[in-house]
Amino acid sequence: MPEDLLLSGWGRTAPTRALLVNVNDKSEVANLIDSANSRGVIARGLGRSYGDAAQCAGGTAIALQPINEIGEIDPESGTVEVGGGTSLDSLVRELLPKGWFLPVTPGTRQVTIGGAIAADVHGKNHHRDGSFINHIQDLDLATPTGSYNVGPGTDSELFWASAGGMGLTGVITRATIKMMPVETDKVVVDTDRFDDLDAVMSAMEQGDSDYRYSVAWVDCTARGRRFGRSVLTRGDHAGKDSLPVADRNSPLSAPRPPRITIPRPGPRHLLNPLTISAFNELWFRRSPRRRRGELQPLAQFFHPLDGVANWNLLYGDRGFVQYQFVVGLEHAEVVEKAITLLTNARIPSFLAVLKRFGPASPGHLSFPFPGWTLALDLPLGPPQLSGALDRLDEMVAAAGGRVYLAKDARLRPELVATMYPRLEEFMAVRNRIDPRGVLRSDLGRRLGIA
Amino acid sequence: MRNAFGQPQSVVVLGGTSDIGRAVLHSLIAQRCRSVVLAGRDSARLAQIGEECLAAGATRIGTVTFDALEISDAKRCVDECFDKAEDVDLVLVAIGALSKSGEEYDFQKSAEVAAANYAWPVAAITHAASRMNAAGHGRIVVISSVAGVRVRQANFVYGSAKAGIDAFSLGLSDALAGSGVSIQIVRPGFVRSKMTAGMKDVPFTTNPDAVASAIIKGLGSDKKIVWSPPILRWVFLLLRMLPAPLWRRLPE
Repeated sequence: MPEDLLLSGWGRTAPTRALLVNVNDKSEVANLIDSANSRGVIARGLGRSYGDAAQCAGGTAIALQPINEIGEIDPESGTVEVGGGTSLDSLVRELLPKGWFLPVTPGTRQVTIGGAIAADVHGKNHHRDGSFINHIQDLDLATPTGSYNVGPGTDSELFWASAGGMGLTGVITRATIKMMPVETDKVVVDTDRFDDLDAVMSAMEQGDSDYRYSVAWVDCTARGRRFGRSVLTRGDHAGKDSLPVADRNSPLSAPRPPRITIPRPGPRHLLNPLTISAFNELWFRRSPRRRRGELQPLAQFFHPLDGVANWNLLYGDRGFVQYQFVVGLEHAEVVEKAITLLTNARIPSFLAVLKRFGPASPGHLSFPFPGWTLALDLPLGPPQLSGALDRLDEMVAAAGGRVYLAKDARLRPELVATMYPRLEEFMAVRNRIDPRGVLRSDLGRRLGIA
Repeated sequence: MRNAFGQPQSVVVLGGTSDIGRAVLHSLIAQRCRSVVLAGRDSARLAQIGEECLAAGATRIGTVTFDALEISDAKRCVDECFDKAEDVDLVLVAIGALSKSGEEYDFQKSAEVAAANYAWPVAAITHAASRMNAAGHGRIVVISSVAGVRVRQANFVYGSAKAGIDAFSLGLSDALAGSGVSIQIVRPGFVRSKMTAGMKDVPFTTNPDAVASAIIKGLGSDKKIVWSPPILRWVFLLLRMLPAPLWRRLPE
């Protein structure tokens, strides 16, 4: 039954009410779009956007999870057709035992295919394999002007507008994705610990190209000589030969479901500057200074937080914001300035994630472009937080960088066009397929783009 | 839309010429508010404050005039405000009218104070809540007063009307649970402003800027009641328990 519900993103901020309707097929999606009220409709997958991308105040949120069929995988090309509401988790469960893995995976498997395309998600291999859309051959889109099948060669404008388009170009009901063959369910991981930011950044500059996967975790609470101390983990899929002999007979098994569920939001002051520093300290110390060739399960390497079903509740009832930006390689200093700004403002951040992006996709609003990206988890509470992030925006925009819309919950609308110079092209496509502005979200309204 | 920090982009101020309203607007525009609609009695003054808002960075200004004694006109006023604004995130209700001392037994004046502080705002808030409910989001901030927490003989008509609007807002807040629309009540102490010009200060007297910053801070929380200054919460906890004969004898 459709239900009037308060919806918010994974950060649990700014809830608004919408009618949440489960759909079972494309025609139901089309009906909902046709019968939308003036507040509009937006697709909602697993609600992992941190901000307000998958909510539509006063309108309808189309819950896509029931459209989750997984087709037969083509053993030659590795392509498979999947419903837009299929979770990456179920895709991995289905296909990893058969020797196929996601070509690009974000930090959680709990996102849908539609969501992964709409946010054009990236993973630890962006410097080598690009973003999610680079591995999509075609997709079906339900829009107010009808349904379209689009790909890099068919109505490519609409295809690229939908990559990172945050659902504002239509509801993605089906896609063909090209999977990556793997021999095992393990990753061979090299770990290095660095005592400051410069050291880790130069190690990444020099060594990233030797690895398929690379990401650094930065302690943003460390000050002075230890400013920006980091743990860098890099790796690639393990071949069958690298497994212990005993494991070679069953090299592929699906990841386990989450073992822990948080019953309710944690106490408001559980995460404070002291506990966060202590956590970061512990985490830094337990990492080895240098380790080579460690075998890690895929799930542990890519999705460490998926072990806890709803870890976002740990941030307490006020929730948290995630702030992720990218700046060009020539503006590496912004990374240091950003961390400095936060530490000086005494804003505690959980481990930040630092990574170098490779070439951008042609998606109009796709986030990644060649440069440095830093992602920060920031619990709500410090009154200086909102102003500090506004200053960070200015810094990032001035360096020609941008923030990630899938994580945004607070950007000023004035900066969107600066950060996303192809916004006009995007708007032109949107006006073509949705001239009356039926596809709406809180994010679109807040940023003045839909 | 309001962002993760509760900062609005579009605000309607009922009582748009109030000192507190002006101070709140100043902060909101500095944050990211761009659409401002002001409703009040004095159109020239509204236009002037509108100009101030534009100069501060707002990009869309509307003004609407109303008379708080015309209760049946409240719906028209709210509709005009919402139609002139972008998708409304915040309605600030900053309407207040005091009677002069010596007017306590003037039935006409008493009825007017009751209408301006209670009946008109009730009509307007009800309609604003229903517009926001249809939009699935929004916050209404109602400026009440500690004068309504326990009514004093010095301003019992005003106090009773504030007690009424305060209770109405609390009830409406419960009724709106789960709707995406929230109500927040602000209970300032004695505020030195143009409404209270010429009156004597009392303990914990505050000023419009202090109340405005309490309101701004409150927007980032889901507290139902915001006291300004915060200590009044505890002061009135005690004052409410004071035996009636003592309360009556408290100095004005």
